Amino acid sequence: MPPKHRTPATSTPAASTTPRSTTTPRSTAPTQSPKASKNNTDAQRIVQDLWSSYQTRTSQRTKLLDTFLAFLILVGVLQFLYVVLVGNFPFNAFLSGFSATVGQFVLTASLRIQTNPQNEGEFKTISQERAFADFVLGSLLLHFFCVNFIN
Amino acid sequence: MSVQMEDNQLLKQATSPKTRGLLRVIILALIAGAAVSSRLFSVIRFESIIHEFDPWFNFRATKYLVQHGFYSFWDWFDDRTWHPLGRVTGGTLYPGLMVTSGVIYHLLRALALPVDIRNICVLLAPAFSGLTALATYLLTSEMVTSPSAGLLAAAFMGIAPGYISRSVAGSYDNEAIAIFLLVFTFYLWIKAVKLGSVFYGALTALFYGYMVSAWGGYVFITNLLPLHAFVLICMGRYSPRLYVSYTSWYALGTLASMQIPFVGFLPIRSSEHMSALGVFGLLQLVAFVDYVRAQIPNKQFQTLLRALVLLVFVVAFGGLVLLTVTGVIAPWTGRFYSLWDTGYAKIHIPIIASVSEHQPTAWPAFFFDLNMLIWLFPAGVYMCFKRLTDEQVFVVIYAVLASYFAGVMVRLMLTLTPIVCVASAMAFSQILDTYLDARKPKVPAKEEEGADVAKVAAAAVLPEGLRSTRGPVIGIYSYASKLTVVGASLVYLLLFVMHCTWVTSNAYSSPSVVLASRLPDGSQHIIDDYREAYQWLRQNTPNDAKIMSWWDYGYQIGGMADRPTLVDNNTWNNTHIATVGKAMSSREEVSYPIMRQHEVDYVLVVFGGLLGYSGDDINKFLWMVRIAEGIWPDEVKERDFFTARGEYRVDDEATPTMKNSLMYKMSYYNYNKLFPAGQAQDRVRQARLPAQGPELSTIEEAFTSENWIIRIYKVKDLDNFGRDHQSATAFDKGTKKKRGSARRKGPKTLRVE
Repeated sequence: MPPKHRTPATSTPAASTTPRSTTTPRSTAPTQSPKASKNNTDAQRIVQDLWSSYQTRTSQRTKLLDTFLAFLILVGVLQFLYVVLVGNFPFNAFLSGFSATVGQFVLTASLRIQTNPQNEGEFKTISQERAFADFVLGSLLLHFFCVNFIN
Repeated sequence: MSVQMEDNQLLKQATSPKTRGLLRVIILALIAGAAVSSRLFSVIRFESIIHEFDPWFNFRATKYLVQHGFYSFWDWFDDRTWHPLGRVTGGTLYPGLMVTSGVIYHLLRALALPVDIRNICVLLAPAFSGLTALATYLLTSEMVTSPSAGLLAAAFMGIAPGYISRSVAGSYDNEAIAIFLLVFTFYLWIKAVKLGSVFYGALTALFYGYMVSAWGGYVFITNLLPLHAFVLICMGRYSPRLYVSYTSWYALGTLASMQIPFVGFLPIRSSEHMSALGVFGLLQLVAFVDYVRAQIPNKQFQTLLRALVLLVFVVAFGGLVLLTVTGVIAPWTGRFYSLWDTGYAKIHIPIIASVSEHQPTAWPAFFFDLNMLIWLFPAGVYMCFKRLTDEQVFVVIYAVLASYFAGVMVRLMLTLTPIVCVASAMAFSQILDTYLDARKPKVPAKEEEGADVAKVAAAAVLPEGLRSTRGPVIGIYSYASKLTVVGASLVYLLLFVMHCTWVTSNAYSSPSVVLASRLPDGSQHIIDDYREAYQWLRQNTPNDAKIMSWWDYGYQIGGMADRPTLVDNNTWNNTHIATVGKAMSSREEVSYPIMRQHEVDYVLVVFGGLLGYSGDDINKFLWMVRIAEGIWPDEVKERDFFTARGEYRVDDEATPTMKNSLMYKMSYYNYNKLFPAGQAQDRVRQARLPAQGPELSTIEEAFTSENWIIRIYKVKDLDNFGRDHQSATAFDKGTKKKRGSARRKGPKTLRVE
């Protein structure tokens, strides 16, 4: 369930209102470690809360983007594993494949940030359509470079 | 130009936005025109000629590109340099410059304007300097609201000697286009950060890619942009805009930079590029944490975030050091070390230290290159501190970094100049905006002088005193003070223009291939020895005659004489250069086998003793010795070239090693015949030479130019009778000498008997 994995990462801007719940996502683990034992059972419940609120509050489009992001992460990890296990012989090919994944990830993440209604104040000049057009342009450039680099 | 700008200021109040826009376009066009024309001194004084050393290679490569097309340029293996090694030229150059002029060439041909490629190459740098002025205008306009700042910055950039030094007509070097790309990339980056737009991020990446293809100095951008992002994060200024702009720039820009064969995998291998990668990873983390923050808006989170940032930074830096130590990432290059420790290169890499543009900058150079901008610059930076928006943080960082680097290496003055122009234009426009404002305060006539310092002070002391001190109007409203300040600034601007013109015409417009001197009657005398000698080589030697010279002249020989060389200014193989250095600094018996092994046909030396031309080979000789000593410490010793008292001399007291070195012999061979006996004088080193000139046996003089600047020697073939050259020469002079010695011996023996 990759989408769930992504939940705390990219998709909870509108999700939760409980202040305590946010100390529990895994990535901020260093800060919560003292209270870990106390919150151990809470954590599971809160993650479930987050998940359900994510399900309800995120628009279908954004979910689509999140799925794509999760897919890109998966592909990136697979490529990396391949290199670790098998070796990096066609280094150009690996590099362009991996950078395509990373680049596409950040471009999609940017699109997601720009289309997030919460960030409207930050991106006054960028409409949803403009964001998508920029995304397409960026991706075209990215893949042009990758194809050129792949040998 | 400056006058017009003030006109613009005055007109501003009276004109509509449309007129103002038109005026601005006209002013920018004039600035670009001034920028181009002030760089044409060298063409007018001399002719349309490529300057100095490196440009000759670029010119040669451009000709190759135009003749053979792009693909063969890309795969170009050059067997006419670095004989016998050759050079994979296509993979070891920054092709941006050549491709740019190639594109312009073909574009003009398509428009039925058949322009000679040489003229395109000569005029490329001035043309791009006009564009640089425009880019500076755009960059400055992003920084401040005042419309005059951008125009001032453009004008400053157009004529600042710090930039002109590398962009006069004929100075066909990478920097010619790179500075434009640098400034424009920064403009796009600021725009991207401001708007948070992928479009501008992608444009930044594209121009960054262009910059990578054009100049090795792209590393400056590679480190400055991450530093900007990092500082913004540390200031707690992270915003989604930063994420969007930085990641889109990095993801695309890194890929774009890897398309250049010379850069290749460097962006993921070398330490110089790691900061960009680190900040990229950091931003992912910060973006993620930022989402989390969206849910707990408490104050503690700020400190938490900062702690996390610092922690990750430390971990990443540790990882970087670890990877560097274990050798996964290439360690820092020597040129990089010399940026931090100015003494490093001198000890470890003489080849880098020997290049004059890698020397630390002398203090007067700052004033010489930037004039009044250098003292306006801190004021502009201070003004950035006052408001400190995201883009002004950029100015501050850029200013600090570039100032440091400009102090370390002369050539990096070039990267400092744009930010100096921007910052000082901000300060200067602040002055003008304040003092050129013709508005009057709307107060009773009595209080018109309200801003008088005395009255303000009085108001502070006596808050309930006189009626006139009750509500002082703060500002400058007296025409006298306005006129004084504006007049003074005008004088400064005029002085600046005069200084720039003077510096450009006197210091930076010499091609250094052609020298100019003044005759006693004041008329100009052109000294054209270089081209005379190269033309001689071109016409009198076989097409594949190998020329040995010090590496400084490699590109020129390749470009002007079209003959293969042993070493040239692309100093990629230190050992090969050291070999040449050893041949130059050893005795003939040692040098001759070296030259035979490398199939050297001619040896070229530059000698300024007759003319007083100080950039000659005897003055560079110690570097040859040092570089050779780096490889053969047992055979070449720098100490042997100094007298017992530690002096470097060429006269009677010169050490035997010095006198027997090939370089010394070639420089002074036959030189004393120009003078009455015993009067031979070296005008560079102010030394009287020994009455008996050096003698050569393994090489013979082939050509000496009019003013003796270039001397060419032919390496003799093996002797027909199998003798060594010393005895062969002795035999040729032989009979005479023998008889002479016999005569001398005769009486001796007589006396003994």
